[in-house]
Amino acid sequence: MSSKLNSRIPEGPIAEKWTKHKGTIPLVSPANKRRIDVIVVGTGLAGSSAAASLAELGYNVKAFCFQDSPRRAHSIAAQGGINAAKNYQNDGDSVFRLFYDTVKGGDYRSREANVHRLAEVSSSIIDQCVAQGVPFARDYGGLLDNRSFGGVQVSRTFYAKGQTGQQLLLGAYSALERQVAKGRVKMYARHEMVDLVVVDGKARGIIARNLVTGELERHSAHAVIIASGGYGNVFYLSTNAMGSNVTAAWKAHKKGAFFANPCFTQIHPTCIPVSGESQSKLTLMSESLRNDGRIWVPAELEDAKAIREGRLKPTDLPEEKRDYYLERRYPAFGNLVPRDVASRAAKERCDAGYGVNKTGEAVYLDFSAAIMRYGKEQANLKGMPNASEAEIRALGTKVVESKYGNLFQMYEKITDENPYVTPMKIYPAVHYTMGGLWVDYNLMSTVPGLFVAGEANFSDHGANRLGASALMQGLADGYFVLPYTVGTFLADDIRTGPISTDLPEFVEAEKAARARFEGFLKAKGSTPVEVFHRRLGKIVWDKIGMARNEAGLKTAIAEIRALREEFYRDVKVLGGMFEMNPELDKANRVADFMELAELMALDALTREESCGGHFREEYQSEDGEALRQDDAFAFVSAWEFTDNDPGKATLHKEDLVFENVKLVTRSYK
Amino acid sequence: MNLTLKVWRQKNAQDQGSFATYAVRDISPDMSFLEMMDVLNEQLIAQGVESVVFDHDCREGICGMCSMFINGEAHGPDRGVTTCQLHMRKFKDGDTITVEPWRAKAFPVVRDLMVDRSAFDRIIQAGGYVSVNTMGNLPDANATPIEKHDADAAFDAATCIGCGACVATCKNASAMLFVSAKVSQFALLPQGQVEAADRVRNMVHQMDLEGFGNCTNTGACEVECPKGISIENIARMNREYLKASITA
Amino acid sequence: MSSQRGLFGSSLARKYWMALTGLFLITFLVVHLLGNLTIVFGTGEDFNAYAAFMTSFPPIKIVSYLLYASIVLHAADGIVLARQNRAARPVAYGTYNGAANAGWASRNMALLGIFTLLFILVHMKSFWFEMHFGTLGLDAKGNKDLFTLTTAAFEQVWYTAFYVVAMVALGFHLWHGFQSAFQTLGWTHPTYTPIVQFVGRAFAVLVCGAFALIPLYVLISPNV
Repeated sequence: MSSKLNSRIPEGPIAEKWTKHKGTIPLVSPANKRRIDVIVVGTGLAGSSAAASLAELGYNVKAFCFQDSPRRAHSIAAQGGINAAKNYQNDGDSVFRLFYDTVKGGDYRSREANVHRLAEVSSSIIDQCVAQGVPFARDYGGLLDNRSFGGVQVSRTFYAKGQTGQQLLLGAYSALERQVAKGRVKMYARHEMVDLVVVDGKARGIIARNLVTGELERHSAHAVIIASGGYGNVFYLSTNAMGSNVTAAWKAHKKGAFFANPCFTQIHPTCIPVSGESQSKLTLMSESLRNDGRIWVPAELEDAKAIREGRLKPTDLPEEKRDYYLERRYPAFGNLVPRDVASRAAKERCDAGYGVNKTGEAVYLDFSAAIMRYGKEQANLKGMPNASEAEIRALGTKVVESKYGNLFQMYEKITDENPYVTPMKIYPAVHYTMGGLWVDYNLMSTVPGLFVAGEANFSDHGANRLGASALMQGLADGYFVLPYTVGTFLADDIRTGPISTDLPEFVEAEKAARARFEGFLKAKGSTPVEVFHRRLGKIVWDKIGMARNEAGLKTAIAEIRALREEFYRDVKVLGGMFEMNPELDKANRVADFMELAELMALDALTREESCGGHFREEYQSEDGEALRQDDAFAFVSAWEFTDNDPGKATLHKEDLVFENVKLVTRSYK
Repeated sequence: MNLTLKVWRQKNAQDQGSFATYAVRDISPDMSFLEMMDVLNEQLIAQGVESVVFDHDCREGICGMCSMFINGEAHGPDRGVTTCQLHMRKFKDGDTITVEPWRAKAFPVVRDLMVDRSAFDRIIQAGGYVSVNTMGNLPDANATPIEKHDADAAFDAATCIGCGACVATCKNASAMLFVSAKVSQFALLPQGQVEAADRVRNMVHQMDLEGFGNCTNTGACEVECPKGISIENIARMNREYLKASITA
Repeated sequence: MSSQRGLFGSSLARKYWMALTGLFLITFLVVHLLGNLTIVFGTGEDFNAYAAFMTSFPPIKIVSYLLYASIVLHAADGIVLARQNRAARPVAYGTYNGAANAGWASRNMALLGIFTLLFILVHMKSFWFEMHFGTLGLDAKGNKDLFTLTTAAFEQVWYTAFYVVAMVALGFHLWHGFQSAFQTLGWTHPTYTPIVQFVGRAFAVLVCGAFALIPLYVLISPNV
């Protein structure tokens, strides 16, 4: 292991590590907490829950978000649910099983101790949210309902229709606003972190741009928590929000925080396919749909062609002419294989010419079987043994509507097709990034005092995240991990006193930020930022997307470097610095994406194996399954920014030690 | 399709602002309204005109950022959608479309089509929460069963995305639907009962301070609400407030 | 922070008073209409007897003061609320399609209310003031002869026209106001609210219709 990386995993058996660690973390007395300031960047599940919890403990918290309100962070768009090892269904779930599933689902590239802690606190999250008034789905007995998600064989997912992320975020947002009302949190909405300030080797503040006035502001604190989400928008088209960006994390990276596993990106199998050139984003259809939807393409090429040309309707194709390829290839898990497996399988079929929309990049997600199954159930319940097919279909449609109504409605609004009648068309899209800033067991980065939570860190999901685990991790980090672990750093700061924003490090950082923004304005080129972003996205999607190979990655690096050079020369940003100027903000974000993209390619090139979301075409079995190289690559790649060039980053390796889970080839057959 | 857009342009909060007229060409009916605005903006930048500023983020109808008043209606002519989910197939070739920001004293314009909705945050600060700290030893989530009907109704109220369409569309710029949705969510759940009386009084008080108008029960808000939140929630808040005022 | 304004001053409290006074005024309309019907179905003396009863019976007198107070409160509160509503949107929309999502009556309650108030003032000047402070002759039974005054008034086309238009305005006001009062007071229920709405609309049409028909009857009928 690199000497610069210390994962600080506590000693002892895995099930006792967290309890023991919590018991030995130095405490900060309430009187002293009042003298300590903490900055939280981002107000998604991780950020707002951390800000609220730290404020409850007594720290002075400053929270930042670029949106107009903390309630709008993109956690809100998470649909399906949140996992917890409650075992309410009595189907054999346990903390260990959730831990095991997550490590396995992550293709054995995550840190055992972190994942086990996540599984341990998962139960408390549900208790906390219910106490906050989060309206989870309930059954007729008044108890919480669960459903099943990809990659697991138990029902441990708690949900609120298709809006679980919204309900959980609003719960955390409420807790945050409660602290704002008390004056414990000072909220800075429409502010974007544009640099990290490091004083004497410790993270002591940030430079933030007030997006309304354009002013650069200096904010100091004793510790900084980055919870700014993932970097999926490097692909241009993704299910992320338009504003989601890597800038906070990337700026921290450039100030010394190592970036781990950037090539681990998740392509979600069930999104609405791309329809046209001017498309700005992709919309996810929750994985929960795979509980009841069956995925298929035509079994014969002529039929696929006829469907693409509009000569044949999918509903006219008889059963035997359909290829339910997931059920065929993975009989044990069927349509509920993990995301990476399902995505690659869809790509494989479409590349082979079986795609079903105009672009040839779509497969069907069909609910007709589920509608009939539920319909029959209802008919029996209602004492209609001789119900006609139409009656059964109507009853079944109602059941499906109650489960997924809002998703179906969303689909219809976007595509103008009725998914109750004709199967949905779906295609994989970028959804989540497992990679992120490297953190130790305390969620602290390689910059002392800089903590990283939620999707912005790398820690829990390895090379592939299981469905309904992102919400779990975000809230675990914010509610139940950081409030304890910040003490490991802050206990030494009780005598530090307020940090002055007049320190030379703040002055320098502000100056540099200002020069960067002025640089974009001065370029006076001819191409809008959006065009550069779109071009970057195409390179990343084509060459660092669902399948990667050495030649492609090398080309990608060259292309990204050329694009970056062109960007600084030819970007066209109108307007001024000291005003609301979204184009300028976008330029700043895209500039960082262009640097990150190169690091992603470098990371993908270095990792000569296939694992989880990282599929190197050179490393696959005969039937196209991913081949891990555990002997050579069972490590976390932590990249250190070097020589002011993302292409020259230095690789540090954190070896992954598996003491509780045996490494096997993942099989969902 | 080709369209004429009448778009409100306003440099900042102090500026007077006025409509500007632009033409956009070759708009696909499958585009969302915001993608059409993206096309307009790219075109404006090419002409050396600063792009139209508007709030938007998730573009899938859940974050509540987007907020355009289109042809006299909040989020445009379609029902049950936010502006980002409004598709151009709802318009005809040759149409003239008027695009304005939300208009309310409590929602001052920041720039162009972007407004400041922090009044909503302050209303939540006044009581839109359950006062529970983060604790690892709370009662088990299943300790208190909640009748499914109530849980579902609480959920329906809780789906509010805080976009402000209710205020924008109300002829009185009233925020009753927003406030009542939050009050209802907690009023329907046992967890929210403890603070119910203070919550409704404080939230209504803050709503009044922010300068929103009064409810005249026109019902326009529930028609335009992208999440279909019912004015039954307003009735419930009226009940809750009456109860709280009489018993206080 | 806790609001101490309770049942006075807050926006909701003002609305409660609007609703309560509105409902009280609605019940008065029924009494008033019953009396007026004597013009059609009774004799002039019956009508005068009713008028005398209404102005002299002590409990009714108390109720009538409540009534005057209600009118004043309903109107004053309405004006305050309407002014606040206007202030809540200082910059108007360039295009506002109100008809897309709300009924005409609900959007024009203030206007309809002000017209109704104007009508009440004229109406009270014509009849109430004369009854109390005017110099009316006596009928055969010794009651003040309001009947003659009333029928004389309604035989003027312009007065009846004004009266009918006012009843249409009041009808629209009630069309929305009746059920709106229930909503404001939180008296809603999935089963009963549709009934309330139906009753409210039926009431608006029937009662205001009947009020409007009486002067028309007087105008057209040669016998009175």
